[in-house]
Amino acid sequence: MIVRATAGIGRGTLGLLAGIGRGTMFVLATISAALRPPFYIKEFLQAILHIGYLSLPVVGLTAIFTGAALALQIYAGGSRFQAEAVVPSIVAIGMTRELGPVLGGLMVAARVASSIAAEIGTMKVTEQIDALVTLSTDPMRYLTVPRVLAAVLALPVLVGVGDAIGILGGYSVGIGRLGFNSAAYLKNTTDFLEFWDVASGMVKGAVFGAIIALVGCYFGMNSGRGAQGVGRATKSAVVTASVLILASNYILTEAFFNQ
Amino acid sequence: MIELRDVHKSFGPKRVLQGVDLVVPKGESMVIIGGSGTGKSVTLKCVLGLVKPDQGQILVDGQNVEKAERDEFLSHFGMLFQGGALFDSLPVWQNVAFRLLRGRLKRPKPEAREIAIEKLRRVGLKPDVADLFPAELSGGMQKRVGLARAIAADPQIIFFDEPTTGLDPIMAGVINELIREIVVEMGATAMTITHDMTSVRAIADKVAMLHDGVIKWTGPVAQMDNSGDPYLDQFIHGRAEGPIEAVR
Ligand SMILES: Nc1ncnc2c1ncn2[C@@H]1O[C@H](COP(=O)(O)OP(=O)(O)OP(=O)(O)O)[C@@H](O)[C@H]1O
Ligand SMILES: [Mg+2]
Repeated sequence: MIVRATAGIGRGTLGLLAGIGRGTMFVLATISAALRPPFYIKEFLQAILHIGYLSLPVVGLTAIFTGAALALQIYAGGSRFQAEAVVPSIVAIGMTRELGPVLGGLMVAARVASSIAAEIGTMKVTEQIDALVTLSTDPMRYLTVPRVLAAVLALPVLVGVGDAIGILGGYSVGIGRLGFNSAAYLKNTTDFLEFWDVASGMVKGAVFGAIIALVGCYFGMNSGRGAQGVGRATKSAVVTASVLILASNYILTEAFFNQ
Repeated sequence: MIELRDVHKSFGPKRVLQGVDLVVPKGESMVIIGGSGTGKSVTLKCVLGLVKPDQGQILVDGQNVEKAERDEFLSHFGMLFQGGALFDSLPVWQNVAFRLLRGRLKRPKPEAREIAIEKLRRVGLKPDVADLFPAELSGGMQKRVGLARAIAADPQIIFFDEPTTGLDPIMAGVINELIREIVVEMGATAMTITHDMTSVRAIADKVAMLHDGVIKWTGPVAQMDNSGDPYLDQFIHGRAEGPIEAVR
């Protein structure tokens, strides 16, 4: 009984380590492919459209409701110390440093990591990846690199847009429900918000973008056979990307703000 | 010339190829026959380097496939996949002209399109399919688009994995003739997998039969009917009784 349980843990650990190893190899292969031509511009632009532009509604909706709820909570918390006036600045700092990138990243992970994994997984099981190779086209350069680059560039922009919309959400609640003065709310927001608050969130966004696209491509390329294989690849991609986003968010936050 | 020497390949516990020896001389058309699931497709994929053999050597024009410079090596190849393997994000003509739109064989777009339409015509497809997407085509049409893509860049070595499966008899005849033409006119080396015995007789110079992971019989197509090999006889006459078990 104990032996079997330990064996299970051992197997799990070995599997995890092997997975980390394969993942690292995949990242290195992507970097090396990205540095050498050919570069596929059209695929890159398409990826920008799918990963960036078409994610705007999801990110915007997430941000506006989060900003609004955040304002209510901070007001409730602040009123316990007669510090309701902190609402504008804390909403702004909370959105830009933490909630904008993390929630935006998670939503994009759900939307994009899944679709990348499903698309590439389907290409894999229908031999389209093999066909690419026989047509002298490297799947890493043609499929992975454009998506990873597009995600790394698009996510910071999405985070920035999400920050603005989230602050707007807080502002609406602040003016409409909590009785703030409009000019004072805006002044309070801009006065206390620092450049690094926004920039750190965008840097997080870039890292999350890399995670999302790399994980989606990795699971797609390693998809099992048949519809079941693709289904499993898609699920694993979303779960893995989400967990990695949350974990790396903690590490980045430590690195950025814990001097 | 393509040479397979003692090629082995297993997937997990499943032993598929167990010592395949086969020589396809330059400019000849070799047809591989054999039961479903015997590893015919895997054999072609081994030559292309898509599947790595566990053991054995594969030489193309005397050069070891594993050591060859991939881009250069593959630019001489054309391959029709069993399932077509068309890129469903691209319209038909861009599928056909894929090679001509990028990489070392790149041409101007209008020229690539013209070549694509010409190749489509050769596989019996009208120019108006050029702008459709693969998902809008019937199975047999997809197969023919795959065939057009395989021959688009005039390769020196062509692999066809079941080129006539799913086609009506007339279209199958057209494709058989096309494959014959490609070998005779362009001097290409061809390896074709098929289950269609009419097709075998129409396109083969030589025939090889794969069974139990090895080449059970190989020889000129003219000797196929009086080979005296019980496996081959059973196969080409489609008998249920014989040395090959029906349940595999
Ligand atoms: N990537 C793979 N992973 C695991 N098993 C595989 C893989 N590719 C092929 N096989 C197995 O190898 C065996 C031979 O497959 P292959 O596709 O070569 O058969 P085939 O001779 O082409 O058959 P058919 O005439 O039905 O196309 C099959 O049992 C198949 O399940
Ligand atoms: Mg096959």
